[in-house]
Amino acid sequence: MAENKKIKTPLFHIVNRGKDGVAWYYSLLIRAAAIVTALIVSGVMIMLLSGKNPIAVYTSMFNGVFGTPRRIWNLLQNVAILLCISLAVTPAFKMKFWNCGAEGQVLVGGLATVGVMMFLGDKMPLPLLIIVMIIASVVAGMIWALIPAVFKALWNTNETLFTLMMNYVAIQLVAYFLKVFVKDGSGVLTPMPQYGLPIIGKYQFLLNIIIVALLTFVAYIYLKYSKQGYEISVVGESENTAKYIGIGVKKVIIRTLMVSGAICGIAGLLLVGGTNHTISTTTVDGRGFTAIMVSWLAKFNPFYMVLTSFLIVFLDRGASQVSTDFRIPQTISDIVTGIILLFIIGCEFFLRYKIVFTKRVKEEG
Amino acid sequence: MENIKLECRNITKTFGKVYANRNCNLDVRKGEILAILGENGSGKTTLMNMVAGIYFPDEGQIFVDGKEVVIKSPKDAFEHKIGMIHQHFKLVNVFSATENIALGVDDGKRYNLSRISKKVIEITQRYGFIIDPDKKVHDMSVSEKQTVEIIKVLYRGADILILDEPTAVLTPQETEKLFNVLRRMREDGKSIIIITHKMHEVLSISDRVAVLRRGEHIGTVNTAEANESLLTEMMMGEKVSLNINRSEPKDSVDRLMLCGVTSVNEEGRKILDNISFTAKSGEILGIAGIAGSGQRELLEAIAGLHHLSEGTITYIDPKTEKEENLRDKSPIQIRDLGVRLSFVPEDRLGMGLVGNMDIIDNMMLRSYSKGKSAFLQRKEPKDLAERIINDLHVSTPGATTPVRQLSGGNVQKVLVGREIAAAPSVLMAAYPVRGLDVNASYTIYNLLNEQKERGVAVIFVGEDLDVLMELCDRIMVINSGRVTGMVDGRTAKKDHIGLLMTKSVEGEE
Repeated sequence: MAENKKIKTPLFHIVNRGKDGVAWYYSLLIRAAAIVTALIVSGVMIMLLSGKNPIAVYTSMFNGVFGTPRRIWNLLQNVAILLCISLAVTPAFKMKFWNCGAEGQVLVGGLATVGVMMFLGDKMPLPLLIIVMIIASVVAGMIWALIPAVFKALWNTNETLFTLMMNYVAIQLVAYFLKVFVKDGSGVLTPMPQYGLPIIGKYQFLLNIIIVALLTFVAYIYLKYSKQGYEISVVGESENTAKYIGIGVKKVIIRTLMVSGAICGIAGLLLVGGTNHTISTTTVDGRGFTAIMVSWLAKFNPFYMVLTSFLIVFLDRGASQVSTDFRIPQTISDIVTGIILLFIIGCEFFLRYKIVFTKRVKEEG
Repeated sequence: MENIKLECRNITKTFGKVYANRNCNLDVRKGEILAILGENGSGKTTLMNMVAGIYFPDEGQIFVDGKEVVIKSPKDAFEHKIGMIHQHFKLVNVFSATENIALGVDDGKRYNLSRISKKVIEITQRYGFIIDPDKKVHDMSVSEKQTVEIIKVLYRGADILILDEPTAVLTPQETEKLFNVLRRMREDGKSIIIITHKMHEVLSISDRVAVLRRGEHIGTVNTAEANESLLTEMMMGEKVSLNINRSEPKDSVDRLMLCGVTSVNEEGRKILDNISFTAKSGEILGIAGIAGSGQRELLEAIAGLHHLSEGTITYIDPKTEKEENLRDKSPIQIRDLGVRLSFVPEDRLGMGLVGNMDIIDNMMLRSYSKGKSAFLQRKEPKDLAERIINDLHVSTPGATTPVRQLSGGNVQKVLVGREIAAAPSVLMAAYPVRGLDVNASYTIYNLLNEQKERGVAVIFVGEDLDVLMELCDRIMVINSGRVTGMVDGRTAKKDHIGLLMTKSVEGEE
């Protein structure tokens, strides 16, 4: 190196925040800053891509979600269903069992419900019918999750692929069901509201919301305070430790997936019995996958999941309102949603690392 | 001074709020061996990692040959002829020694294995390494792998070599060989920095010793003018007496008897080969051997975690004097039988504890399933956690801190504390002081001694022969899954144990 060549110190370097992490107010600040930055960046994107006023776009987004009581009910209903599926995948994810099969598990739960409604609806009184619907949906979801779990526990098959494939089987089962049992051949099953879950007052979705709210509490307590929840954490963190202290890892895998599948079954019940009163191959509409994101974003905490599922539903519904109001393609709204999510997830980096600007040592003189 | 090769000036590095290094000044001369001495967590490795380009200092400057340099990556470090041999080897298993050495070196010439091989042989002859350049890494012993790492650094033309705890995995004989090589390098004008916490090694190999304490550079002394107590005092900041009180075993009775214990791994190789010994109550039985000689499997076998193909493990219940056969029982069955085996696994975070759980939840690992309730009882584990934090001086923000965030010594205290709390009759500990500072190590030794005095049969797998000889009543030496000797801890000679560690039993039969 030449004598008089200036030594280049890097401008900054990245440092792990280490064990202390950040103070809660600081982490709140970072998150708030992330959302504000996201809104600004996507505002610029909207202007560049569509020439619309971003403030107007955000207003319409807000309107689309909260504008009328009906919209608010719709929002809550959608949050409830997404939250329910997220709660379902969480025990499995905490165990590091990558259950990507919620889509299928919910769908078979719904299929079981619709089957009961169709074939037993006129054969028994409504209360009994509802009990049979509950049992059928839970058992169906459970079986659908149990199959990959057993294969994983006994032969260590890859659960990600297995559960994904089970989704397609579930979708085709529904398609087959519609083809065979819809008599008019249209493939569309007429809704059967007469056999649906009871409606509280005149609020069609209230029951769904209450059930999911209860489930959230139960899931929180199950994961945090029950022995089974503890076993799930140990198996997820370290299978070796689990074996060492004598936890039957196979048993825990199978049991947890049965819980996971059962909650998926309930989600199917709520979707079919409590909402649509019919079924199609798109009843779940990708929420089995969105739920994975909800669960991860909330770091597997059921109460945080209320927030994250709300956020996702808000963005989704807001975006579709924007595209109708401004007659801009849905894709632009999707870009906005994407940007906001990216910033929210990306800000985690700043919670874990900090950027240190190199202090220049004063040269003599 | 003329011949200063490397100098660190006012180096500071923080992780979060913790200072790993604070205003460290250090220099290494040409043709000398500098030992960096310090307890675990005193910032030795962090400081050297900054010189080697793994970390970047927050403040301070590094000078090579009197010129300031900026080292942002290991590549920069090599450009300044600095090479570091890390504690964990970074080698490709399926490659030969030569291939590993050539890996990542771009000297502008065509890749030609025989040319590289020639240069490797030249290096080995110059410094007296013993290595087969065509041997695949997966066939090598730990010491051979280390040799490859050192040659790799020399091949890249390093003049400054940093070795991080190089003797931790070596037998006394291998250590002596390594030291001879290092001395030859010194004669050749290389600057060598050796990070260690073993006092006698510092005194035997180094020219000067730099002592770090809590991230700060306390001072550098000439080895010739130093002695053990001076260095200890510098390291600890206070005078400490480090003695292990070895009491005579009292009322020893047979507690655990192994007979012909054999196990075969998936490839059909014998991991444990006809091991027979008896562990007695009220004594510490040490197990010495090169890393990976079957120590882990042996303890796992006793704990019911490792499948045996032959042999018996008999446990004699201290109360009923009933004999129980532990072989092929699951850990849970062993517990249900009332057989109390406390096992401190080698890999602390991997097996004994769950890193992301807090201390309370880790206390529960042993006891959570007690009782019929479906819910967890956190009261007792909480009390236990607090008792251990108090009694063993665990330094932690609180009982609800994830154990991953504790330092190695504190993790070990939590683990050993929990195992001892189970009031065991047999206590097995594998490398319980690995990564611990001197004070913490002695806390653990004293805990083991206390257990021994309470009549527990303690089995201690250690790597520091000096400690084994100070602590244990009897020492069993194993090599490749076989018992190669059983010596008395009070009269054993270190050389003798070293020889037993590498002795092959084949010749005898």
